[in-house]
Amino acid sequence: MSTVPLIREDAAPRKENAVMSQTAMVRFSRVSKSFGDHQVLKDITFNVEPNKVLVLLGPSGSGKSTLLRCVNQLETIDGGRIEVNGELVGYKEKAGKLHQLHERDVLRQRMQTGMVFQNFNLFPHLTALENVCIGPVRARKQNRAEVYKRAHALLERVGLGHRTYAYPRQMSGGQQQRVAIARALAMEPELMLFDEPTSALDPELVGEVLDVMKGLAAEGMTMIVVTHEIGFAREVADNVVFMDQGVIVESGSPDEVFNNTRHQRTRDFLAKVL
Amino acid sequence: MSSTSTLHEHTRQDDVHLGETKVVRLKHPGRWLAVAVIVLIIAMVIETMFTNPRFRWDIVWSFFLAPQILDGLRVTVTLTVIAMVIGLVLGTIVALMRLSANPVLKAAGFAFVWLVRGIPLLVQLIFWYNISALFPVINIGIPFGGPVFASFNANTVMTAYTAAILGLGLNQAAYMAEIIRGGIQSVDEGQLEAAATLGLGRITTIGRIVLPQAMRVIIPPTGNETITMFKTTSLVSVVAVADLLYSTQLIYARNFQTIPLLIMASLWYLILISALSVGQSYLERYYARGTKRNTPLTMRHHIGRHYGNLRRLMAREQNFPGGRA
Repeated sequence: MSTVPLIREDAAPRKENAVMSQTAMVRFSRVSKSFGDHQVLKDITFNVEPNKVLVLLGPSGSGKSTLLRCVNQLETIDGGRIEVNGELVGYKEKAGKLHQLHERDVLRQRMQTGMVFQNFNLFPHLTALENVCIGPVRARKQNRAEVYKRAHALLERVGLGHRTYAYPRQMSGGQQQRVAIARALAMEPELMLFDEPTSALDPELVGEVLDVMKGLAAEGMTMIVVTHEIGFAREVADNVVFMDQGVIVESGSPDEVFNNTRHQRTRDFLAKVL
Repeated sequence: MSSTSTLHEHTRQDDVHLGETKVVRLKHPGRWLAVAVIVLIIAMVIETMFTNPRFRWDIVWSFFLAPQILDGLRVTVTLTVIAMVIGLVLGTIVALMRLSANPVLKAAGFAFVWLVRGIPLLVQLIFWYNISALFPVINIGIPFGGPVFASFNANTVMTAYTAAILGLGLNQAAYMAEIIRGGIQSVDEGQLEAAATLGLGRITTIGRIVLPQAMRVIIPPTGNETITMFKTTSLVSVVAVADLLYSTQLIYARNFQTIPLLIMASLWYLILISALSVGQSYLERYYARGTKRNTPLTMRHHIGRHYGNLRRLMAREQNFPGGRA
């Protein structure tokens, strides 16, 4: 792939020079969440280190997508806490009380995190270029000319320099998903969340999206990826977490989880998806 | 419709040769019968229009550009524009109220729509016109002895024109609220989530993401509403607002040429509504961008296509695009 970096070298203040006790990029502690009577997340605790790729595996309904969506407050949690970059998500702690954040602060927190959806969710009335630019221009209030210049480079980088003025409906699924990745990156996030980014794609188009994600990982982006692509997990993940029915069954390096699987439940799942 | 026309693209060639075998085309005698009936009716209409002296076309044309009529036309157009602007702005607000998470706003929006849609517009117009009978003085302030911020004499404030604007505008807002609400609800939830993850605020999300997409659903019925409103403004003649119809009525009340003058007014309504329809098709085309791989046809293309169909019908009976006859 091209040598132009996907993320700016000076973009994210890396954690080396941050407070010692806050080394994790994302910290889940005792997170729980229910939809009505159904508890989808039970006491989830783990960390995602900066510049690392964490792959979340699990059958549908295991809570992995919900967990991902809690990180940027598309869902709210009922118990425990999530910290991104040392900052508590959704609340402010003051005098022993948790105060719900105002919309302004919620938006600011969300901007640190990029998200890529299963169904792309591109804005159909905007061109590829406009999709990439709307966040930085409208939310970050950055200079329009500079944003457009950067957006051109980003689209070039995900291999879509020739589709700049195309509308989403005129693009293939793989192209749309790459635009969606460029759109998230345009916000210069410190963390990227991928919610089954290749599940809605034709098998032939999966590779082009995974290639972009691999490039991103190689450049040191912190990523949480919900996926069923075991090959990708083996190759790219630093850590793998396997969830079932709202709890973490097993976690570790790809080698530990895939080659030295400890739990029968994980083995059953892997036997089915491999 | 589109599948039918593509199907017929294939059968439009002048001669079909399937190898050596001669092709005998299917005959459609029923279509010719229908054409004959229509032609007969048109002939009757034309005959009476040209031979019946009571049409008094001279009177139709002599009043067509009369100052009173043009003034009335101006009032009709102005009322339509004002009612539609109120309808769009207030309708959007009411639609957002009805979609709000706040139950009080939700209920208030529902109550507004229920009340305004539930009472005939004619009744509302007469009611607003006579509001001074109920409130001789209109006070704006805190009730139960609180301070009064402004006070109006209802008879001076509520002129016939104000009553007309109020009646038409509120009525339009109620209908537009439902149309806009439907449009907003047609936008996929994922769009809101995508906007949220980009850090876009509520107002930006509504203005830049939701409404532009909802427009595709909102525009066609809004065009119909505008056309309907253009004709509905004629109701204001009951409160003596000098719109196109009322100006016409004033003239035939003096010269008793009721039919020629009503024809004259109808011609004006038809002309302006035709113009509105053309504008509507261009708007629909604009807001359909990005939703289809090919942009839809404009009125000009449609007319061109129908003209083509007509020509083909006259040339060869077999190739009349069927399905709608």
